[in-house]
Amino acid sequence: MNYFTKLIGWVDERFPLTSNVKAHLTEYYAPKNFNFWYFFGSLALLVLVLQIITGIFLTMHYKPDAALAFASVEYIMRDVPWGWLIRYMHSTGASLFFVVVYLHMFRGLLYGSYRNPRELIWLFGVGIFLALMGEAFFGYLLPWGQMSYWGAQVITSLFGTVPFIGPDIAEWLRGDYLTSDATLNRFFAFHVIALPLVILGLVAAHILALHEVGSNNPDGVEIKKLKDKKTGIPLDGIPFHPYYSVKDLVGVVVFLMVFAVIIFFAPDMGGYFLEANNFVPADPLVTPAHIAPTWYFTPYYSILRAVPPIGISQFPGVAAMGLSVVVFALLPWLDRSPVKSIRYKGNLYKAWLAAFVISFLILGYLGTIPADTYGQFGAWLGKADIATVVARICSVVYFAFFFLMPWYSKKDKTKPVPERVTG
Amino acid sequence: MKTINHLKKALLILSFLPSLAFATEGIQLDKAPIDVSDHGSLQRGARTFVNYCLNCHSANYMRYNRLLEIGLTEKQIKDNLLLAGEKVGETMKVAITKKDAIKWLGAAPPDLSVEVRARGADWVYTYMRGFYRDSTRPTGWNNTVFDKVGMPHVLYELQGEQTLNHETHELKLTKPGRLSIEEYDTLIGDLTNFMAYMAEPVKQQRNQLGWFVLLFLGVLLVLTYKLKKAYWKDIH
Repeated sequence: MNYFTKLIGWVDERFPLTSNVKAHLTEYYAPKNFNFWYFFGSLALLVLVLQIITGIFLTMHYKPDAALAFASVEYIMRDVPWGWLIRYMHSTGASLFFVVVYLHMFRGLLYGSYRNPRELIWLFGVGIFLALMGEAFFGYLLPWGQMSYWGAQVITSLFGTVPFIGPDIAEWLRGDYLTSDATLNRFFAFHVIALPLVILGLVAAHILALHEVGSNNPDGVEIKKLKDKKTGIPLDGIPFHPYYSVKDLVGVVVFLMVFAVIIFFAPDMGGYFLEANNFVPADPLVTPAHIAPTWYFTPYYSILRAVPPIGISQFPGVAAMGLSVVVFALLPWLDRSPVKSIRYKGNLYKAWLAAFVISFLILGYLGTIPADTYGQFGAWLGKADIATVVARICSVVYFAFFFLMPWYSKKDKTKPVPERVTG
Repeated sequence: MKTINHLKKALLILSFLPSLAFATEGIQLDKAPIDVSDHGSLQRGARTFVNYCLNCHSANYMRYNRLLEIGLTEKQIKDNLLLAGEKVGETMKVAITKKDAIKWLGAAPPDLSVEVRARGADWVYTYMRGFYRDSTRPTGWNNTVFDKVGMPHVLYELQGEQTLNHETHELKLTKPGRLSIEEYDTLIGDLTNFMAYMAEPVKQQRNQLGWFVLLFLGVLLVLTYKLKKAYWKDIH
């Protein structure tokens, strides 16, 4: 027995090391037919770690003070050795986090990963998504540019539309009558400690729940139903380590190449990852002509703008926007299809999913532009903005995808599901 | 085949994102001649910036000794650019206070460290060539890309005076300055180039490093792919 084995033995008597490595890596059996869409879970974890590490180094030089914040970011970009790289990794990481998470969620829609017995995995996932949106929103204020400032002002004002208690909530969130130094300080606290803790906890729960029930797969068949008589190992399962650890490594390298292309050659991404207006220091006296949230929030922002106010109250739009995010949580109970995977679903479901994705993308685009960009309809439509009308249609499709699902998923002509995975 | 199709779909979705990148701007901007590897141009631009802009506009995040990067020596910086006894490690500050600036000029001149990132090089290039005489303005100057601008035409001695034809919206040089039109355009081109460099001094280093990082990742991709193939050869 060598020293390493002895050391492991010593630890194992005091801490469940080997048993956990087995349960989560070497003896966690994942379906052998994972495809392209299954890279994004591990990639999301990678980005989370990158964000935390780069974030720690940024915190060492950043100053959460309205008078110093903007300058401290430029100090990081110029005078801190490799500060520019750390900062670009963090800003690009924020956007790519959403790219990866959106693709990860879309995978869930494709293969019914939210269905029984994975409802809790899905709910934890929606929780992570919500926390991530908060994390991105709070972090976006920190550079203290014009877009940071007015973005925060607009979003906190949304809470002001809640009937009766709204204005008090908005003031309570900001810590002031308008976005100010007090807001910056508390957003910094939320960004660097409060929400990261929530996200880490939810990620742990997400993975623990996944490893309890096992992974879904592109066929949507439960591999645990057919096990080897002698070993008890699922016939279609392979140990996560080394098979998926080496496979995910390839995905990681491809992802890092995309990451590197953006960081080194286009960190602004044409104004979508870093907005030009955010290189102007925050000025409470100058409202920018066009305030738009960062691209990953624009589908919901579009829905907010699309819903007409009732009287002078903008609350219906705000409520619709909130609903458009949390509605994902209902999916496990809305989907009544007898099959999980899109491979065995019929054309009806496929058409709805396609309509949903197209609506989502159009809403995302419309959220980045002023509502009057494409002009107005004639008097027959009350001279409504064309972009707004399109956003309204897309919003209806967006919600119909969810709320009509119990009917169309049941009516859909499905194909028979095979016993085993098909590769 | 299925994987290829999925990849295609994913690429389609990804390619959608940058294609959204259209800046909406009403005014036609001229293309600025940006080449941050041209040290001669950057040095000439730095001289113009320090001589003309740096009296009212600061560049608070730019250190003088960063100019060593564009081929200037410490002595050259001290003799030619540090005219008010600043230290070479200091940033480009101005003596004018915000309060005084508002009192004297109506508005505080913005810090120009990252101006090119905020407005774009083409905007700066067009703006600096877009001043024209306008007797309705308190300064006597107006600008084609920044209507009712507070800043007077600081370089009018060099450019001369332009007037705007309000029907064709074209500028015409009505009173020549010390420089010809071409010389003035070159001067502003160099100035804009310097401001583009100053907005992100690390850009060239970033681009060069990028190729090495991609080369490294390319090698790593081959290795990890072979590793994956080797492990997966018995999985069917």
